[in-house]
Amino acid sequence: MTGPSPHRRPPRIGEAPAFRRTLLAIVLFFVAVIIVAPLSVIGVHAVSKGLPYFAAAIAEPDTRHAIMLTVLTALIAVPINTAFGIAAAWAITKHDFPGRRLLLIVIEIPFSVSPIVAGVSYLFVYGLQGLFGPALEAADLKIMFALPGIVLASMFVTAPFVARELIPLMQAQGRDLEEAATSLGASGWRTFLTVTLPNIKWALLYGVVLCNSRVMGEFGAVSVVSGNIRGQTNTLPLHIELLYHDYDAVGAFAAASILATLAIVTLCVKVVLERQGAGRRNRPATLAGNESLSEVKP
Amino acid sequence: MKRRVLPGLPLSLGITLVYAAIIIVLPLVALVFKAASLGFADYWRIVSSDRAVASYLVTVSCALAATLFNLVFGMALAWVLVRYRFPGRRVVDALVDLPFALPTAVAGISLTTLFAVNGWFGGPLSALGVKVAYTPLGIMVAMAFTSLPFVVRTVQPVLEELDPTLEEAAQTLGGSDLSVFARVVLPLLTPALLAGVSLSFARSLGEFGAIIFIAGNQPFETEITALLAFIRLEEYDYPASAAIASVMLITAFVMLAVTNLMQARALRYTVRN
Repeated sequence: MTGPSPHRRPPRIGEAPAFRRTLLAIVLFFVAVIIVAPLSVIGVHAVSKGLPYFAAAIAEPDTRHAIMLTVLTALIAVPINTAFGIAAAWAITKHDFPGRRLLLIVIEIPFSVSPIVAGVSYLFVYGLQGLFGPALEAADLKIMFALPGIVLASMFVTAPFVARELIPLMQAQGRDLEEAATSLGASGWRTFLTVTLPNIKWALLYGVVLCNSRVMGEFGAVSVVSGNIRGQTNTLPLHIELLYHDYDAVGAFAAASILATLAIVTLCVKVVLERQGAGRRNRPATLAGNESLSEVKP
Repeated sequence: MKRRVLPGLPLSLGITLVYAAIIIVLPLVALVFKAASLGFADYWRIVSSDRAVASYLVTVSCALAATLFNLVFGMALAWVLVRYRFPGRRVVDALVDLPFALPTAVAGISLTTLFAVNGWFGGPLSALGVKVAYTPLGIMVAMAFTSLPFVVRTVQPVLEELDPTLEEAAQTLGGSDLSVFARVVLPLLTPALLAGVSLSFARSLGEFGAIIFIAGNQPFETEITALLAFIRLEEYDYPASAAIASVMLITAFVMLAVTNLMQARALRYTVRN
């Protein structure tokens, strides 16, 4: 009569206290080493010569210029990519047309392509060796090694960010509400603004935040197309590299602490938006691999 | 009944196609054009040169090692986050995405500083005779860091929705924890694991920013392919840069096909559950 009651469930696997403690300890150790330590080391080195030195490093003219250039790039690239993401999501999820799956794959290409390949590719379009190079030079238009090149490369790298948050969500929401609105006489714009937008606002904001974070932090693609001219075409990540190689580690970490702060703010905003239902949960890692998107709705 | 057609297709599709053509497709076509203009013999000479082949080996072997680490650690991290309750769990969950949020150049200088001989970890490790910074091990650390979230984030949702009765059934049939994990849980997680692993591997192959700081960048030893394409560019050897970049582009397309296949498989299994 001492056996376990037939209604008592056995503990789930991996719940033995010794195993649990060991696994937790190992995982948390690696989290500390791989994630927490790299973040902490930035802060520690940034202020290692004291706060006044840190403030002076950030106020240094070239660093200030790099910050301004990074913000300017984001101010141009993020709104354009947001508009693109909304347009792509509207076309793909609210309409049927041949080639939707192919379009999904094309939109996702920038995720798979190395930033270096992106930068090199842009050089072969707008650089002197490129397709339009001679024509641009004749017209005295400078795209490479100038702001337009930096913006274009950033737009390539982050082109999928907004679209990939919106497409699975808008696909899941279907078209019934929009169809009802238009059948009641609402225009397309009014339908989008009053019916669709309220349903996607958190996912949209989520995509915009991630897009902005990546634009401000992009290094590889921008380092190919910027020309690294100090005080002129150096974005903040490139300026960090320059300071670091100049053996100005404190200056480099001071500049890096700005981007690390942005990263932490981004993570906090993500957590808040995920509570609103936006983001990664139940979302496929790649759009085109999501079979529900490739089916044509009856 | 005829389905009502929503407005806005010409405008939204027009914007999408024009933007995708100019921003995404045109540059890649230009790259392929440039590489193709070399002619097969020159192209082959460049992409099969000793230094290029050495860079492929360094990149692929380090990416494999980093992905293997992320497979095991990512799986363990996802398990701990889903199954165990402990103080700070939400913070750890949020921090998993740090490698995606932290700019790669920032990650590069901070990992290098940590693992340099005078760094927090580099010091103790070098006392043990292990050098990380400026060796292939450093490349692996940088790759493992930048691709860490993939496996965690693909496995986590599947683990959360795993039907507990499957485990219970296996346990009542007398399975030990290990055999239930290996024969019941692991097969159910495999599609998600493969999807995460392929994404992680693809990302590691293309990573640049975090690696160049910690790698040492010695040709034949610690020079990754992305850096070689960059160096050829700085030497004004544009055709060589195009050829090497085209190899990376082809690899990226192969990986894109693989990840999409894995993802489709993973979703099919998830839906079936």
